[in-house]
Amino acid sequence: MIDPGWYMALAAVLFAIGAAGVLVRRNALVMFMSIELMLNSVNLTFVSAGTGLGLIEGQVAALFVVVVAAAEVTVGLAILIAVFRGRATADVDKLAALKG
Amino acid sequence: MIDALWVLIALPLIGAATLIIFGKRIGEPWSGWLASALVGIAFVFAAVASVPLFTGSGEPETLDLFRWIPVVGVEASLLWDPLAAMMTLIVTGVGFLIHVYATGYMDGDDRFGTFFGYLNLFVASMLILVLAANFVVMFVGWELVGLSSYLLISFWFARPAAAAAGKKAFIVNRIGDYGFLVGLMLIFAAFGTFEFAAVFASAPAVLTTGMATAITLLLFVGAVGKSAQIPLYVWLPDAMEGPTPVSALIHAATMVTAGIYMIARTAVLFDLAPATLVVVATVGAATALFAATLAVGQRDIKRVLAYSTISQLGFMVMALGVTAYTAAMFHLMTHAFFKALLFLGAGAVIHALGGEQDLRKMGGLRKVMPITFWTMVVAWLALAGVVPLSGFWSKDEILAAAFAHGSYFVLLWAIAVAAALLTAFYITRLMILTFGGEERWPDAADPHEAPPIMTAPLVILAVLAAIGGVSNTPFRLGLEHFLETSLHGVSQQQAPEAPVVGILALVALSVTIAGILGAWLRYRRSLPEDEGGYWAAAVDGYGIDDWYGRFVVAPGKAAATWTATVLDQRVIDGMVNGVGRGVRSLGESMSDAQTGWVRWYGLVMLAGTVGVVLLLVLIQGLL
Amino acid sequence: MTVVFFLFAGVAIAGALVMVLARNPVHSAIGLLTTMFSIAVFYVLQDAHFVAAIQVLVYAGAVMTLFLFVIMLIGVDKSEDRTERIPYQRPLAIIVTGGLAAVILIAGSQAWITASSPFAVDELNGTIEVVADALFGTWVMAFLSTIFLLTIAAVGAIALAHYPETRSPRPEREVP
Repeated sequence: MIDPGWYMALAAVLFAIGAAGVLVRRNALVMFMSIELMLNSVNLTFVSAGTGLGLIEGQVAALFVVVVAAAEVTVGLAILIAVFRGRATADVDKLAALKG
Repeated sequence: MIDALWVLIALPLIGAATLIIFGKRIGEPWSGWLASALVGIAFVFAAVASVPLFTGSGEPETLDLFRWIPVVGVEASLLWDPLAAMMTLIVTGVGFLIHVYATGYMDGDDRFGTFFGYLNLFVASMLILVLAANFVVMFVGWELVGLSSYLLISFWFARPAAAAAGKKAFIVNRIGDYGFLVGLMLIFAAFGTFEFAAVFASAPAVLTTGMATAITLLLFVGAVGKSAQIPLYVWLPDAMEGPTPVSALIHAATMVTAGIYMIARTAVLFDLAPATLVVVATVGAATALFAATLAVGQRDIKRVLAYSTISQLGFMVMALGVTAYTAAMFHLMTHAFFKALLFLGAGAVIHALGGEQDLRKMGGLRKVMPITFWTMVVAWLALAGVVPLSGFWSKDEILAAAFAHGSYFVLLWAIAVAAALLTAFYITRLMILTFGGEERWPDAADPHEAPPIMTAPLVILAVLAAIGGVSNTPFRLGLEHFLETSLHGVSQQQAPEAPVVGILALVALSVTIAGILGAWLRYRRSLPEDEGGYWAAAVDGYGIDDWYGRFVVAPGKAAATWTATVLDQRVIDGMVNGVGRGVRSLGESMSDAQTGWVRWYGLVMLAGTVGVVLLLVLIQGLL
Repeated sequence: MTVVFFLFAGVAIAGALVMVLARNPVHSAIGLLTTMFSIAVFYVLQDAHFVAAIQVLVYAGAVMTLFLFVIMLIGVDKSEDRTERIPYQRPLAIIVTGGLAAVILIAGSQAWITASSPFAVDELNGTIEVVADALFGTWVMAFLSTIFLLTIAAVGAIALAHYPETRSPRPEREVP
């Protein structure tokens, strides 16, 4: 069995990549997918911690995260469609009405 | 008996509260009866309580009411000893007579009830002052009489002159009170207590001469304000704007004598400061003469009496300065009788002439107002110092003591004698112009004798003014023995032995007769043209008020204006507004961070998160 | 075991990078999909069989499919404008995320798991029975809450879908 620490290290890297994706990309959908990546890396951390500590709760938590992520994707995409249907673009920077 | 001492204060205080709140509803004449009755009952109570003191069987007693300011150990306590008893009897006795008189004088005034509420308030305040067993309670009374004086002087507040006079009295008094208060602080610093008994017992041991001089000088400043000596006398002539009963009660008989009482009470302290006594005597003598010169030239009948009061107070102060404490208290009492009588009589005259106060428009009233006239005659002779009336004995005792004090004080004696000469002159002038000669008032005025409610007190006061002198003649020093215990064995200046004392009496008497004669010669025929030069200056008070206005009031006003415009508007408001402006600009500069771009917000949030994680990691020591 | 781990670790990272860097959003979706599969492999390696199955079914199956639908619906044929208008965004993003990874890695390498739990079992079997025991036993309240969550999400999505049709389209805003 690989030491769970390695999995967590990998999860940290994936998390960082996901965060970079959120900050750098302007396409709303790619940003959303980057957030999904971050959630996945968190899931991995949970499961690995559960393995390392010998608890089943790590996997239970991961299951909950999946459920919540699914719900979040549903609503988030609905919002995205609602917001961007009226525009010709999926550029997030164009939603700057709260400036100042 | 001592346990119920507080009743003396409670009676007029209840009257004050009731009449100030409900005076309008109670109205004439019941407000007057109520107020007078309360003071009368207080007088009877005081008289009964004084009996043991007269018969020599009573010891001074203290009544502790309640613990008031524990942090400096101040109890609200009252003291009943000969000095307090004497003042109480004067205040309630003369006060009662003036209350009765006022029910007639103030007839028809729409704030009748409130007036008597204020009068009762004054009596209560004065009693607090004289019955105090420690300096703090005395100061409370001191301030309260100042307040009552203000309320009563500006009673007819719709008149600008009255309102201004009330303000002036209060403010000038305040200057004196400031000195008094600093003196109290020094007393506490030196003794650690405010109680009379403790302070007077330990004073000779505790106080250095320097400390005693400082304390007594400051206390004297308070007396200068309250008892209208130079330079804080300027409020008293203006205080004549108040109704005449007020002038009689407060500005002749009682409030202004509070300073005299206070110095007599603290005689032990003054005894330890000979330098202060010299100052006191000098101020007293100077004031006596100065005010007398001003009294000669006044055209308003009440102003003559006002300056006369200042002058007579000067006599009392001078007596205190030559350690003739009994003489000062004696003169205080006789002065209360004849000065109150003079004011009430003047009030009757003013009332009869429908408000006329100018002496040049009076004359010949003796035929129309006989009772007033004859009682005023008694007062006139008493003030002038004609034997055997009370004023002669008390004034003479003061002069004799001054002479006997020796060296420098003989000069003061001479000044006082000059003042006595002028006193006789001006009061005779007043009598002749008011009652003698021809009638100079318009026919429409139709003066008549005052109603009995007003003349009865006049008669009683006249009797007292006539026979009051028996309390302390050189043949039987009754008052001196009476007040001995109150003065805690302080040595007093005695009159010189015969024949010196007899010669001095003759000198005083001849000066009096000279003054009377002088006035009679000048005024008996016609009204001389007293204009220009001295006469104009005297009416104007020698321009002292103007001088104060220019050099004292104006800088004060300028400072106040500067504070209001520069300090308040620019500095303080500027600071407050500046804080507002600063916050606003800070907010405006920070709003640049709100770019509106989600990704920028995300970046900032992530950076913050990284910072927190870093912090946690560092704390855990994992890095 | 180790070989499998490192192999699929590389695949996961590659997929993530593809997702972040690809121009075409469909390519990004495929990259993410790859990473998700790799993570499922990691679950299996740790005997978390049930979670692995759920990962594939829900995430890879439902969520990514949904994503692809939406990508097709809006903006698949637009090429994204690559110029960055927010000042310093790119450098700062790389610094911050790099720093995040660095901190976690360095700190974590000291001690990923510091203590063992009193509830531990020696051999953790992530089979469906074990997971169900925990889920419907100790954590049943949380489980029931997710019912509400999903219901509300569904209702919300339907409401959002209907809403814009009753309003006039919003005017286009200019980028400041």
